[in-house]
Amino acid sequence: MDNRKHIISKSLSRFRGWIQAAAALLTNPHLPNFFKGGIYQGKTKAVCVPGLNCYSCPAAAGACPIGSFQAVVGSSKFSFSYYITGFLILFGVLLGRFICGFLCPFGWLQDLLHKIPGKKLSTERLKPLTYLKYAVLFFTVIALPALVVNDVGMGDPFFCKYLCPQGVLEGAIPLSAVNPGIRSALGHLFTGKLMILIGVVVLSVLFYRPFCKWICPLGAFYALMNKVSLLGIKVDEHRCVSCGACKRVCQMDVDVTSSPNHTECIRCGKCINACPTDAVSFCYGFAYDSNRNGEKK
Amino acid sequence: MLRTKKAFFQGTLLIAGMVMLCAGVMRGEADTVLSKAIRLCLECVGIG
Repeated sequence: MDNRKHIISKSLSRFRGWIQAAAALLTNPHLPNFFKGGIYQGKTKAVCVPGLNCYSCPAAAGACPIGSFQAVVGSSKFSFSYYITGFLILFGVLLGRFICGFLCPFGWLQDLLHKIPGKKLSTERLKPLTYLKYAVLFFTVIALPALVVNDVGMGDPFFCKYLCPQGVLEGAIPLSAVNPGIRSALGHLFTGKLMILIGVVVLSVLFYRPFCKWICPLGAFYALMNKVSLLGIKVDEHRCVSCGACKRVCQMDVDVTSSPNHTECIRCGKCINACPTDAVSFCYGFAYDSNRNGEKK
Repeated sequence: MLRTKKAFFQGTLLIAGMVMLCAGVMRGEADTVLSKAIRLCLECVGIG
C-alpha cells in the first residue's frame, strides 16, 4: 500500500509538466478562436475553472474565478458572490494549492520561464512579501469592487483592471494581433498592464513563481485552504533521516518536515522526488496524519 | 489540530461550499458570470 502510494506520488510530480500542459489545454480548448480574433461564447462560460485563466482569452472554455467574483460583487444586483465563494471553498478543500502547482496555466507559464538558463535568485529573504497577496485579495477583489461603485451601483473589477497580467497575455495580445478594432482601442491602461506583465516575466526568469508567491489573489485563497485541504503531504518520521534534501530542493521556501501543509506549499512534489528514503508522499482524505507520529505543528 | 476536529472542519467546509455554490446559482449569480464571460472584458484586456 505504502509502495503504491509512493509510486503514485512520484509519478505525479515527475509528470507535472505534462499535467500542467494538459490542464492549460483543457481550460483553453477553443484554439481556432486565436485566428478569428473573437472569444468563445458558449454556456460553459457560466462555470469557473480552478486556475487563473482570463475569460477574455479567445480559447477559454470557462470563467476565471477571480474575474467572476469581481463581476458579481461589482454588479448592481449583488454585493457578495456565494457562487464563486462556494466554488473556491469546495476546490480549496478538495485540492488546496495543488491547483497552483498542477492546474493553473499562469503558474505553468512561470515554471517554464524559470527554466530559461541564467542567474537564479532565492526568495528566502523575501518571505514577508508573501503576505502581500492577502492584501491584494482583500482590497482589489473583495472590498473595492463592492464599495467603490458608480451611480447605478456598479463597481470596477480592480484586480482585473489594474493588476492582472493574465488578461494582457491571454486576451489583449492575441486579440489585438488579429483584430484591428481592439488594437486601435488599446490605451494607457493596456500600457500599464503590459509593463506589469513584462515585470512578471522578467522576475519569473530570476525568481521561482514571483506572481504566485507575492501577488496572486487566487493563490492567497487556496493558501488559506491548504491546512484543511483533503490533499496533503505526509512525512513518515520513521523513515526520515533529517538530511534536509526536501528543504533544499523546495523552491517555495517550505520545510516540509516541520510544516507539511504550509500555506506556501503548491504540492509540486519536488520534495517527494528528492527524498532518499521515500519518507515524503502525497496523501488524500479526511484528517490524515501529516507526520506519522502526529503533526509537529 | 486534532484529527477529529480537523475532519469535522473539513466536512463542514465541504458542505458549506456546496450550499453556497447552489445558493449562488439559484439567485442568478451564474447568469451574471455568463453574461460577463461571453463578452470581451474591456478591463481585463486594458481598454477600460
